[in-house]
Amino acid sequence: MKVFLKLLARNRLALAGGIVLMLVVFLVLITPILPLADPDVTNTANRFKLPFSEGAILGTDHLGRDLLSRLLWGTQLSLAVGFAAAIVAATLGATIGIIAGYYGGRTDNVIMRGVDMLMAFPYILLALAIVAALGPGLFNALVAVAAVNVPFFARNIRGITVGIAHKEFVDAARLAGLSDTRIILTEILPNVIPVIVIAMSTTIGWMILETAGLSFLGLGSQPPQADLGSMLGEARSALITNPHTSIVPGVMILIIVMSINLLGDGVRDALDPRLKSGALSRPMAATMVKRDGPVPAATGDGLLELQNLQTQFHVKDRVYRAVGGVSLHVKRGECLGIIGESGSGKSVTALSVMGLVASPPGVISGGAVRYDGEDLIGAPYRRLRDMRGKNVAYIFQDPLATLHPLYRVGEQLIEAIRAHRPIGKEEGQKKAIELLEAVRMPNAAKRISDYPHEMSGGMRQRVGIAMALANDPDIIIADEPTTALDVTVQAQILAMLDDLRRSRGLAIVFITHDFGVVAQLCDRVAVMYAGRIVEEGPTASILDKPTHPYTTRLMACVPQLGEGKRRLEAIPGLPPVVDKLPDGCAFADRCERVQADCRTGEIALERKGDRAVRCLHPVTPLQEAAE
Amino acid sequence: MTGYILKRLLSAIPVLLGITVIVFLIMAMIPGDPATAILGSYATPENVEKLNRELGLDKSLVQQYFIWLGNMLQGDFGTSFALNRPVIDEVLERFNATLILAGTAFLLCSVFGIVAGVISAANQYGAADKAITFVVLLGISIPSFFLGMMMILLFAVNLRAFPVSGMWPIYGDRNLGALISHLTLPAIAMAVVATGVIARLSRSAMLEVLRQDFIRTARAKGVHERGVIWRHALKAAMVSIIPVLGIQAGFVLSGAVYIEIVFQWPGVGRMLVDAILKRDILLVQGGVVFVAACYVLFNIAVDVAQSLLDPRIKT
Repeated sequence: MKVFLKLLARNRLALAGGIVLMLVVFLVLITPILPLADPDVTNTANRFKLPFSEGAILGTDHLGRDLLSRLLWGTQLSLAVGFAAAIVAATLGATIGIIAGYYGGRTDNVIMRGVDMLMAFPYILLALAIVAALGPGLFNALVAVAAVNVPFFARNIRGITVGIAHKEFVDAARLAGLSDTRIILTEILPNVIPVIVIAMSTTIGWMILETAGLSFLGLGSQPPQADLGSMLGEARSALITNPHTSIVPGVMILIIVMSINLLGDGVRDALDPRLKSGALSRPMAATMVKRDGPVPAATGDGLLELQNLQTQFHVKDRVYRAVGGVSLHVKRGECLGIIGESGSGKSVTALSVMGLVASPPGVISGGAVRYDGEDLIGAPYRRLRDMRGKNVAYIFQDPLATLHPLYRVGEQLIEAIRAHRPIGKEEGQKKAIELLEAVRMPNAAKRISDYPHEMSGGMRQRVGIAMALANDPDIIIADEPTTALDVTVQAQILAMLDDLRRSRGLAIVFITHDFGVVAQLCDRVAVMYAGRIVEEGPTASILDKPTHPYTTRLMACVPQLGEGKRRLEAIPGLPPVVDKLPDGCAFADRCERVQADCRTGEIALERKGDRAVRCLHPVTPLQEAAE
Repeated sequence: MTGYILKRLLSAIPVLLGITVIVFLIMAMIPGDPATAILGSYATPENVEKLNRELGLDKSLVQQYFIWLGNMLQGDFGTSFALNRPVIDEVLERFNATLILAGTAFLLCSVFGIVAGVISAANQYGAADKAITFVVLLGISIPSFFLGMMMILLFAVNLRAFPVSGMWPIYGDRNLGALISHLTLPAIAMAVVATGVIARLSRSAMLEVLRQDFIRTARAKGVHERGVIWRHALKAAMVSIIPVLGIQAGFVLSGAVYIEIVFQWPGVGRMLVDAILKRDILLVQGGVVFVAACYVLFNIAVDVAQSLLDPRIKT
């Protein structure tokens, strides 16, 4: 509760709304003791006096009645009726909702059908019908407004009750022999009251507006009694000659409803956990770049070169170093594997290349990514967009989530081409079919008019690959493209990627957590842990003589055909959280070979020949492994 | 698709019946004798009894309901006492005027609401977002009848840019130009609240969608940011925006009652309020049932539009 109030107070708009509302309520409460003129005493000699005239600060209305006095009394009436309607609607609605939700079955069915019927009306029709039946009058208007809002509460509260009615503590109460009424009053009600209060805070503005509306139509409060709505209604005939009589009550309604809405929004936001975590932020077109250090000079190593790349996530005042200085390169026609557990920073590394890390919260904070020598981190968005898909293409993990659900796969393929060069409809169709045939999609000509949800996982991933191939890129970055697929489909897709690489001279960066996949496809492999590379070298050499203890543990995770008896080993413990990395080796806490010196200072990536390792006590000495 | 539409239409039948039952029950709550209410308290007992028989009020409630329902199904909604004219004729004529006004307002609030929401989301926390958020807050807080009055004051009386009220000029041709100039102010006043609600919802729907994986895919393909926002994100967001358009149509229609009174628009909303004040019960009954039925049918159209947009919905 305290946290909630603090959050609410931090929201300046909500605070302003709350203060204004409290001020209005305060004014209304002290109205009876203020030295005001009688709101109902007419004085036709003084009619339509302008605001700020003597004896009438806000002027007088068409019968010479003091507007300030009428305004305050009217506000009191409007607020009272609005609150009363809200309480009646909430009480009735909650009762109906709890009964429907608690008893369920046929009771629920009958009640909710009725509620649905009531909700099928535009609300005013129902309110008008009720007022028509009961006759105009403030009390009847209150009844009508409360009645039209009952279904809203009933439906909300029923939803919550259904969730609670099957919880253990309710079952326990039932087993203890408590009566249904007791259970509802002592177990259910306390749990739904917060929901009722929130629903009331969001609808009370509406109810004040609706009652004011009915009064405005002459169906609510009857003269001489006046709420804000009927003041406005009476003033309407003099709108053109004496607008102040309309503006005074109208602005008051606006102020009340606006402050309630501001407060209500604040309440809602303070209760929404997603807003706090920043999860509702929109990712920008390209990852934010805030590079402080110097840009490393080009070395001309490979087609794609990552130099001391650093990518961070800034969440509130915390900084997560997802990628903490990664240097890699890949040559034309080469396949580089990046392997690590989830959270090791391998995907973020891959996404940083084309500025696809979601931002906020992602920030590229240092290093360089070079394509053919050109630094992409500093490149403007226009250049980056031009290269995406054309020079560097991506294949993502879960093709159901990564393909647009509402476009046919053919349209998505053609769009990939069209993003880089204009293409006619017929030519596009032809090219799309060609692409699908290139990834061995059976029945390609028919399949282009399928939606993603109509395909199997393997077929969807073929579409994903076809899309990556659409503009004949030089580099494909595949982010766990086979993880969501079953083993046979996985093997097919891997074989196909290998073929494509050989026939088209593609460079592939293949991200995975599976050494089996690496062995099958990659020429070289880099092992990542906690945002850094801990071992790198030719695949065969690493498989033969791993040096980093983490690498050996990762390799032990792969099941081997024909060696059924061997136990699959999981790595005990979890990777460290990258916002406060320990000194020394990040793997130390999970390492069997850990010694005192592992926990101090910076441990460098040591290179010998084509092998490299970041470890003080390697499984195999680096010199020996490199030979 | 035809099968789906047929199925939805069939499922509307119980809802429509439910609406007639609810309206009938509400009208049955009328205290005292309807015939006395119609004829006034000076009516002779003989006249009251005669009218009761004519209206079928001497029969049981259940019988009365089915007679009323049967007549309505044959297009007979009864006769308005105040206007001395078949209810259905009056309702149809008035509903036509409301449809022009509410239809325009609905179009305005859909287009402007969605566009504002998309711009707001695409520039989250930027100047445009803040400005739109503020205007939207103002829009959803202002009573439409007050807004309408202020618009008359400013644009019709002071600036003389639009006529003060009515649907047609009193003198002169009833052409499209005249209709548009009469339509502009009330349609805008009516659309403002719904525009705000739709803009808010579109903004949050867009923000939700923009974080999805397929948006990243579109960007990875090299699709221009404009295309990412307006083609990829908006299309996916429409799945959650369209149902809200259906709900907002109900609010726009409700707003018609106020706006028609403020702008003297000869629509069904003003007719209902007049009828209530004159205790013309049959006109109220017929008007409410007719408009509610139209609204139910409109919502079916919304469902169909939704199924056209989203191929994952089983049709």
